[in-house]
Amino acid sequence: MRAVDAIIESLKAEGVEAVFGIPGGANLPTYDALYDGGIRHVLCRHEQGAGHAAEGYAKASGRVGVALATSGPGATNLVTPIADAMLDSVPTVFLTGQVRTELIGTDGFQEADTTGITMPIVKHSIMIQDPREIPRAIHEAFHIARTGRPGPVLVDVPQDLSRADIQYEPVDGVSLPGYRPTTEGNVKQIRLAAKALANARRPVIYAGGGVVNANAAKELTDLCTSDRFPVTCTVMGLGAFPAPHDQWLGMLGMHGTRSANYAMDEADLIVAIGARFDDRITGKLSEFAPRAKFIHIDVDPAEISKNVPAHIPIVGDAKSILPKLTREYRALETDGSRLDGWWERIRGWRDKHPLGYEDSDDAEIKPQYMVEAMYEATNGDAIVTSDVGQHQMWCAQYYHFTKPRRWINSGGLGTMGFGLPSALGAQIGQPDDTVVCLAGDGSLQMTSQELATCVTEKIPVKVFIMNNGYLGMVRQWQELFWDGRYSGVDMGTSPDWVKLAEAYGAVGMRATQKGELVDQMKAALEADGPVVLDVQVSKEENCYPMIPAGQAARDMVG
Amino acid sequence: MGEPGTKEVLDLQDLQVSGGIHTGRRHILSILVENKPGVLARVAGLFARRAFNIQTLAVGPTDDPTISRITLTLDGAMHPIDQVTKQLHKLINVIKIRDLEPSDTVARELALFKIAADADARAQVMQFTDIFRGKVIDVSKRSMTVEVTGTDDKIEAFEQMIRPFGLIEMVRTGEIAVSRGRSAT
Ligand SMILES: Cc1ncc(C[n+]2csc(CCOP(=O)(O)OP(=O)(O)O)c2C)c(N)n1
Ligand SMILES: [Mg+2]
Repeated sequence: MRAVDAIIESLKAEGVEAVFGIPGGANLPTYDALYDGGIRHVLCRHEQGAGHAAEGYAKASGRVGVALATSGPGATNLVTPIADAMLDSVPTVFLTGQVRTELIGTDGFQEADTTGITMPIVKHSIMIQDPREIPRAIHEAFHIARTGRPGPVLVDVPQDLSRADIQYEPVDGVSLPGYRPTTEGNVKQIRLAAKALANARRPVIYAGGGVVNANAAKELTDLCTSDRFPVTCTVMGLGAFPAPHDQWLGMLGMHGTRSANYAMDEADLIVAIGARFDDRITGKLSEFAPRAKFIHIDVDPAEISKNVPAHIPIVGDAKSILPKLTREYRALETDGSRLDGWWERIRGWRDKHPLGYEDSDDAEIKPQYMVEAMYEATNGDAIVTSDVGQHQMWCAQYYHFTKPRRWINSGGLGTMGFGLPSALGAQIGQPDDTVVCLAGDGSLQMTSQELATCVTEKIPVKVFIMNNGYLGMVRQWQELFWDGRYSGVDMGTSPDWVKLAEAYGAVGMRATQKGELVDQMKAALEADGPVVLDVQVSKEENCYPMIPAGQAARDMVG
Repeated sequence: MGEPGTKEVLDLQDLQVSGGIHTGRRHILSILVENKPGVLARVAGLFARRAFNIQTLAVGPTDDPTISRITLTLDGAMHPIDQVTKQLHKLINVIKIRDLEPSDTVARELALFKIAADADARAQVMQFTDIFRGKVIDVSKRSMTVEVTGTDDKIEAFEQMIRPFGLIEMVRTGEIAVSRGRSAT
């Protein structure tokens, strides 16, 4: 069969049911095979949108997301989502067309060195040299993308090779002598960790996106509740532990709660699970958790002791390690009352510094209220995607996620424009769930063309715009740290979002009154197709609390 | 410290950090990689991204045609080597990495020296070459080219000796190394 038909067969063999992409000269053969290949193709309006859609699909469903692009500009438009998938460890496969082999290296039309450009931002990549390699290459790409620490894998297929006639045989098994992720976790180290936990008087469990990736939310909760261990999550880990819970400290880091950040600061033992001590967590590294010893559990050994030296490193899959750790800890039958003093201290912080804001006493919609309204209108049970900025942080603070894979955002790369395309991908991955995109008025303008995709493909995502007329997060920094010199942050004339939605054939709505917001949101949620709800919020609200960049937890403001 | 299987707990004060340590010595990394296009670029890219300076680099085939060996040397005073090796391990095409112990390793490098030695200086240069067990491989009216193999110390010592004659150029291969004893590197 044609190599491209083998591509489709290989994708089906991996369980792929939908792909996102845009065709062009170099991947024309692939699109010909897609025509009646039996896989749903979602035509996006920009390759960046296709890439983020693949990410949203993967994050919501746990399955590998796939995006397609042609050579040259198609492939370079994928660079942002590839980098995004790398930093947030999203299992994705990117299939790019490449110019014909005889043109490679000649600056041929639409030639770009795709594997070269993406080399530092992929988990792995391969350019096909021989069409007979294709089935194996695709099988191995999926294997690499979803195992170990997940990530993006790119397969670049020269156009002429994709037209070759090859024998297709399903491939099982991989031949990757250099790739053997550790999953089990060293038993001795796990015992040591249990013993350290048993002796800790001020322990904190700090969980990240790795727990979500490992589908280990239940196992995390079991560990935390095997005693009264205080728990905090990174922005990527939200939902891994049910937020309304006695032991929940709230998110930590730059816009985390005071209880979470102060607890890290005073802890004597920190158990990091699938988290990587990013600078948004640690602030000033030399003053981070100065009294703590660290247990670090991660499937990627290169994360351990990268930023913060670990005392008990445990390499492996959280899903297999956490139950063993819980069992070892229970077997020690330690006296839980040793944590009384610690909880008293934490409760003190909680009472003194609850997360809160000053609500308006008129019809003005405060941005924090908008998130609370969303929580109410969705019963706290939607899949929520977001863009990047203040709205993202407020959502992380005020939408109390109780389950994993419900909060989909760009944490590592911080990509504006992530929200809408990832929402459409998430909706395709989880067709029965309600998907809401909390968009920034700035961010949405980077990928709003994907409204056309939603309308055409009948993808009923609800886009709630937190419209503050500003690149709000940058404005906040300018207000706080740059003497209020607002440079390049006023959005001026934004589009009329209602008309824009209507122009695309979606429903457009506007909210300006606090009292009507929840009902309007409910109406939007009940509408059939995609809806854009433009919510006009206070323009100059700041997101607090906050650790100014490069400072320590003790220096939180707001 | 608490033993596995006992109920004894562990004093947190006894815990020591692991990893992220600067060793302070020179390291020879011997890396087996799949013989595929782009692998060297991936390896080199990892060092470039973190501004780790590679001192020497040698790449060549092994006895298995599907596998190549990259030997590179790095300064462990400048960089935490465990971070480098962990990052290298993440490359799918990297099969095996050995951080060779200097005392347990034989390493050799080949260097070519083009020296501005006229007829008068020639005898002296040849004497040095003999002492270093090098070979004269080319002579012209106003120059000589000498080949020396050895450890990097030996090559640097030879360089010191012949510099006063006028060193026109020097070309070095970078060290290659194998572990001592019977087992494979
Ligand atoms: C692609 C991209 N460009 C620039 C930035 C820098 N940046 C971070 S937040 C932000 C403002 C986002 O504005 P908006 O989407 O309106 O969200 P708000 O902060 O107002 O809620 C900007 C410009 C970024 N994160 N991503
Ligand atoms: Mg804004």
